[in-house]
Amino acid sequence: MVKVRIIPCLDVKDGRVVKGINFIDLIDAGDPVEQAKHYSENGADEICFLDISASIEQRDTMVNVVRKTANEVFIPLTVGGGISSVENIQSLLKAGADKVSINSAAINEPDIVKKSSEYFGNQCIVIAVDAKKINNDWYVFSHGGTKKTDLLALNWIEHVQKLGAGEILLTSMDKDGTKSGFDIELLKKVSEFLEIPLIASGGVGNLNHFYEGVAKGNANALLAASVFHFNEISIKEVKEYLLKKNIEIRI
Amino acid sequence: MKNITIVDYGSGNVLSAQKSFIKISKDNNIQANVIISKNVNDIKNSTHVVLPGQGAFSTCMSGLQNTPGMIEELYDFALVKKKPFLGICVGMQMLAEASEENGLHKGLGWIKGFIRPLPKKNLKMPHMGWNSVKPKQSNSLLSKAADYYFVHSYYFECQDRENILAETQYGINFTSIVGKENIYGVQFHPEKSSSQGLNLIKNFIS
Repeated sequence: MVKVRIIPCLDVKDGRVVKGINFIDLIDAGDPVEQAKHYSENGADEICFLDISASIEQRDTMVNVVRKTANEVFIPLTVGGGISSVENIQSLLKAGADKVSINSAAINEPDIVKKSSEYFGNQCIVIAVDAKKINNDWYVFSHGGTKKTDLLALNWIEHVQKLGAGEILLTSMDKDGTKSGFDIELLKKVSEFLEIPLIASGGVGNLNHFYEGVAKGNANALLAASVFHFNEISIKEVKEYLLKKNIEIRI
Repeated sequence: MKNITIVDYGSGNVLSAQKSFIKISKDNNIQANVIISKNVNDIKNSTHVVLPGQGAFSTCMSGLQNTPGMIEELYDFALVKKKPFLGICVGMQMLAEASEENGLHKGLGWIKGFIRPLPKKNLKMPHMGWNSVKPKQSNSLLSKAADYYFVHSYYFECQDRENILAETQYGINFTSIVGKENIYGVQFHPEKSSSQGLNLIKNFIS
């Protein structure tokens, strides 16, 4: 059967990794290519770059970063952050990205999901959803979690699946940064109806949280940032732990 | 000197395939010239040809058909001169007689069989991620089971068992490596499958 994927996510600003720590094998901890290479050699199943640059000009920097990464890293690469047009997607895919993750642009103009998945194939279109629970419902937030929308997360995810999304990257804003585990309730609700792969994100703080994301939340892939960057947990430890718990993973 | 050509007919990410072939040649001191090309003369001068493929089957087939002289040249390379040929993902599927993806579309027909949808059986589609590839008979690409990266919703249903070199399980056991003499096809992406993928590429060009 297909294995659960472990995905480290790197925040990249103006071509440099933010919060990247100095693993002993790195010469330059701020270089996204070196970081990606490090993770790939240490068991990552995929790499995710999130571009948090402020301006459009700096987005071209990201295309160069992707190109350099594709020269040296031979696992799938997903790039997200500020993607707003089919042209953006094309330039990233041409530079060597395998998938792009779209968030606010899909909310502003849902047609981009349909257009891009028809043009490039749904396997390379990941829809990122930032969800926050208000009263008893989860709402979608856009613009890096700063703007509340009227969209209900469950409805929105079902809608983008119909439009042609190939995967859902679901971040719980309530859990993100808390290190108290994934939002299992949310993951469960989504995986009940979702027919495409689900990537869980936000809240992981210990090894058992990874296990719960799969065993209880039914996620197909687990994304984490800070626990990996600050070397609190290594990908190898996660994989050994999951294997002991009889979760199929790639060694 | 190996002359390796990755066929460019407008399909997705061909850069990663080129980079992986360059990397493996360098690491193993194999003298190789790896190019991406839609020029039939480059196929003529090649020792190895790689046919990538991403997206819909019919889009890939028409991309190939719209590259002047390409199908004839590839036929000459693989079936007349019998030089090493590798299809990746939809590039593998195009070796079949036809595909059922979005209607019935004719393939190259070099290996007997049809491209059918993977049965859903409550499984996520596409089949995306790392899965185990198990050899069914001895072959020069893969000697023992290993994990490779897959992204697809259709599979190659081989007519002759002798063409099934390896299988993978996702709801059903499907053919993940097809082969017929000098012609190989892999459903997964070796160029995205880390060291295992690079090993397979090495086996292909060695």
